[in-house]
Amino acid sequence: MTEQPIDPSVDPALLRGLTQRRFSRRDMLRYAGAGASAAFLAACGVSGTAPKKSPSGASPSAIDYSKYYGDGKPAGILNFENWELYIDEDAKGKHPSLQQFTKETGIKVHYRTDINDNDPFLNSKVIPVLQAGQDTGFDLMVITNGGPVEKLIRLGYLIPLDHSRLTNWAANVDPKTKNPNYDPGNVYTVPWQSGFTGIGYNSKYVKEPPTSFGDLLKPAYKGKVGMFANVYDLPCPALNYMGFDIDKSTPDQWKQAADLVTKADAQGIIRAFYDQNYIYKLEAGDIHISQAWSGDVYIAAAPKDVGGGRVPGGEVRVPERGPDLLARQHVHPHPGTAPQRRHHVHGLRVPAGGRRDDGRFHLVRVPGARGQGLRPEPAQGSGRGQQPSGLPERGGPGPGEGIQDLQVAG
Amino acid sequence: MEGRVGARVQLVGKPRARLGKRLAPYLLTLPGGLWLAIFFVIPIVFMLSMSLQTGNIEEGFRFTWHFSTYWEVLRQYHTQLARSFTFGSIATGITLVVSYPLAYWIAFRGGRHKTTFLFMLLLPFFVSFVIRTLAWQFILADDGIVLGTLKNLHLIPQSYHVLATSVAVVSGIAYNYLPFMALPLYVSLEKIDRSVVEAARDLYASNSQVLARVIFPLSIPGVFAGVLLTFVPAVGDYVNASILGGTRTTMIGNIIQQEYLTNLHYPRAAALSFVLMTVLLIGIFAYARALGTRSIEEYI
Repeated sequence: MTEQPIDPSVDPALLRGLTQRRFSRRDMLRYAGAGASAAFLAACGVSGTAPKKSPSGASPSAIDYSKYYGDGKPAGILNFENWELYIDEDAKGKHPSLQQFTKETGIKVHYRTDINDNDPFLNSKVIPVLQAGQDTGFDLMVITNGGPVEKLIRLGYLIPLDHSRLTNWAANVDPKTKNPNYDPGNVYTVPWQSGFTGIGYNSKYVKEPPTSFGDLLKPAYKGKVGMFANVYDLPCPALNYMGFDIDKSTPDQWKQAADLVTKADAQGIIRAFYDQNYIYKLEAGDIHISQAWSGDVYIAAAPKDVGGGRVPGGEVRVPERGPDLLARQHVHPHPGTAPQRRHHVHGLRVPAGGRRDDGRFHLVRVPGARGQGLRPEPAQGSGRGQQPSGLPERGGPGPGEGIQDLQVAG
Repeated sequence: MEGRVGARVQLVGKPRARLGKRLAPYLLTLPGGLWLAIFFVIPIVFMLSMSLQTGNIEEGFRFTWHFSTYWEVLRQYHTQLARSFTFGSIATGITLVVSYPLAYWIAFRGGRHKTTFLFMLLLPFFVSFVIRTLAWQFILADDGIVLGTLKNLHLIPQSYHVLATSVAVVSGIAYNYLPFMALPLYVSLEKIDRSVVEAARDLYASNSQVLARVIFPLSIPGVFAGVLLTFVPAVGDYVNASILGGTRTTMIGNIIQQEYLTNLHYPRAAALSFVLMTVLLIGIFAYARALGTRSIEEYI
């Protein structure tokens, strides 16, 4: 069939209107609805946490503290968020350090232990809350050195510490814990406790003390091995064990480390990947050996009357290639919409010489070279344990190692 | 005169009554509609939008129609998705098998103590979901009250464990969602007209025939509701897998939680949530078509 020529006398617009599909009111509504939906979907974006200019590394004298602390008058209450086990505890479950702090300063402490890993805590209870400009409810929290603290500083979510109120910090704190590379000048952080990521085990079941990450891969411990779930403490020791330099590691090396762990997982050797709850699995006998944070095992293995007794045979070892050092840092989250949180906290003091002679619980390092066992000891005026020599540090933050003194009050 | 006044009153009242009658259904659905809009439609739209965005928490997320997130998460987490449906199905099957005789016994043999038995069934569920699951962790511990005793008696090998296995996770889910199956079953069994059962017996039906051809078909609405109420939350559950499970029992709920709260990959988490919801909805519609929309008579 041949196409009929169009009569030039007919208006083409009219012709189109007569022959083509019309744009009905329903179509218009439909397209408008689709457009509005797309616009609505696009409007649901989430604004970012643009890095704020923070006075990192600034001289304390250059910081206007009144901006953060107002008149500096204590608010009377300190909301302290910590990791479980990382404080002294008596047989009644009380915390003598906090009681002493309240006695000396008149500031009551609301103490909570909701943190059992950095990222899940920060990403659920801190960052989204501060991003929304709201109040976290915490005046003081304890975050591990390195990535997590660095991220909070970068995001502008910490407020600077007024060092003029930290009356004896500069004089008494271990020099190794000062001036970390992620917080030059300790503008935002002061160490609360330090330790290392090593290999914890229950000597009731594990008779041959572990010496390396490789012990966690042994088929002899099939189904009884715990490993960390976080993105720092699982891969770094594996890379270290394989002889790779973490700071210069390549994606291929990370893949090799992942393959190593995956292979052990496929063989059923690894029971699960844990946060701090691994210590309770060690206590229950569900796992016998695990990646561990030294402080957890120290306290779990300590006598009952000082808050321990969970894992009587608990031990923690430094891997032969060196430990991954960690320091739990005191930081102040930004107050968000709660300016009353700006006050106080600065009553925390470091005991002179880092030692306490009040007979309370101390955790000290048994003197010795790398790889030697670390045991908790009740304080009898023993003071700080000796520092191990020649231990590598995690990413260069430079915390001291082996100090487990409770550095609050004193 | 009186009649005229009455007529006027009727004339005045009629349009109002008509208006009220017309508005009544809308007013009645308003609370439910608002509830759905605020707590379902808006979050769903937000989730859909989030799943199509790109970015990160520091720079923010922007809507870019990034559909490939769906393929990425499906490629990476299809094992966990399939595992969730497998665990959910098995757990739902277990709750049905356990709940049915229980609900039947309470409904037909409970007598005047029915309420007491129902209360006993529900009593553990007054305790928090997490606490109940943690209790199972304690009970099933490798050296705990059960396995420790059996190991001491040399009835099972020392290396034997239940925790961190699929069995522990599926059992935990089945235990935790048991009332969601038992209660609808009980209600449907309780509603069965006893004279129908008597009639079946009068017609020389055996006990098993009465059960298979009268009672079970009449309780199908309860089975339908129970399966829905159990299966949907069971598939999305993450508490049991995180407390009772191990490295090879991770469910899609755990992945979503991890993407949201640990990795801060909101688009990936939203895409996974959307995939889970879509697959569940398709399954539910298919299931409803097969079972739920029939009238009771069709089963008899």
